[in-house]
Amino acid sequence: MARAAVLGRLNWQVGTVTEVRGETPAARTIAVDLPDWPGHEPGQHVDVRLTAPDGYSTQRSYSIASAPGGKRLELTVQRLDNGEVSPYLTGVLEPGYPLELRGPIGGWFVWDPDRTGPVLLVAGGSGVVPLMSMIRTRDLTGSTAPFRLLYSVRTPEAAFYTAELAQRARDRAGLDVSYVYTRMAPADSPLPTGRISASVLAAGGVTFAGPASAGYSRDAPPAVFICGPTSFVEAVAELLLQAGHDTRMIKTERFGPSGG
Amino acid sequence: MITPLDGNVLAGPLGELFAVDITSAMGMCASCGTQNPIAMARVYTDAPGMVARCRNCDAVILRVVRSANQAWLDMRGISSLQLGMPTQ
Repeated sequence: MARAAVLGRLNWQVGTVTEVRGETPAARTIAVDLPDWPGHEPGQHVDVRLTAPDGYSTQRSYSIASAPGGKRLELTVQRLDNGEVSPYLTGVLEPGYPLELRGPIGGWFVWDPDRTGPVLLVAGGSGVVPLMSMIRTRDLTGSTAPFRLLYSVRTPEAAFYTAELAQRARDRAGLDVSYVYTRMAPADSPLPTGRISASVLAAGGVTFAGPASAGYSRDAPPAVFICGPTSFVEAVAELLLQAGHDTRMIKTERFGPSGG
Repeated sequence: MITPLDGNVLAGPLGELFAVDITSAMGMCASCGTQNPIAMARVYTDAPGMVARCRNCDAVILRVVRSANQAWLDMRGISSLQLGMPTQ
């Protein structure tokens, strides 16, 4: 995982879409082959630029979903119906199409697979994408760092990567995945339906008190990565601080309504 | 209400200008003296450019505007930057 990957100024490059697959009715994963891709670290993002025939161009940032490796990159894009970029990426783009992007971008919201300490990932909606890159990297590198993902999503149908997450949690020790459904939960959901609250965090075992917190101690606190809409990130970060997590251990990435 | 993002969103625009990632650097706010990663700043993107404010005191620490062939960068709100570097 060369640190050098974040060095050097950013330049636009054109890749070729090799695969598209639906994740949910409103989101899909796009695999791009990039001959000049320098590699990335899990958690980084790219800027995608679309240019119209008349020269008008616009760009958006998307997190990288795949683990580092090779010249292939995967993005998962949620469609925003009034957006300028995501309807094209989720509805029009097909294998064989060119896609212009630049990256990897951002060196702060990244997980270093050389670190063996516990990790707590908290995702709101499509904020799961960069966290999925971290989970895939953990498996790819053979890391045994204890990982826990708390994934807040409206309904089971809106969740990305469910089958893959279930399989990874089954196959690899030390990965724990919990869903918090905000609108509608399946009958067997162990956590209460609604927004993440102090009691949900306690039930999810991510505080330092109570029997459910067996994995964490104040001596070995987890590195925390929170990604989601701004309001979600602010609320969860505040709850984790109240629960005793150290602000220096919490990294956040917010995305806003200006996306799309 | 305009919802701010965070300093991660500056990584692309600043990555065009600098060879190192500025968002993972520790920046000292020229107004209140607090040191935080630039990635933690509150960033407002609903303007011709991006405006980053200190998470502690809300002072403007950085502004960056990009046109088709120019970039303007104002960093007078940051009194120092501390960057991780490869060991030499």
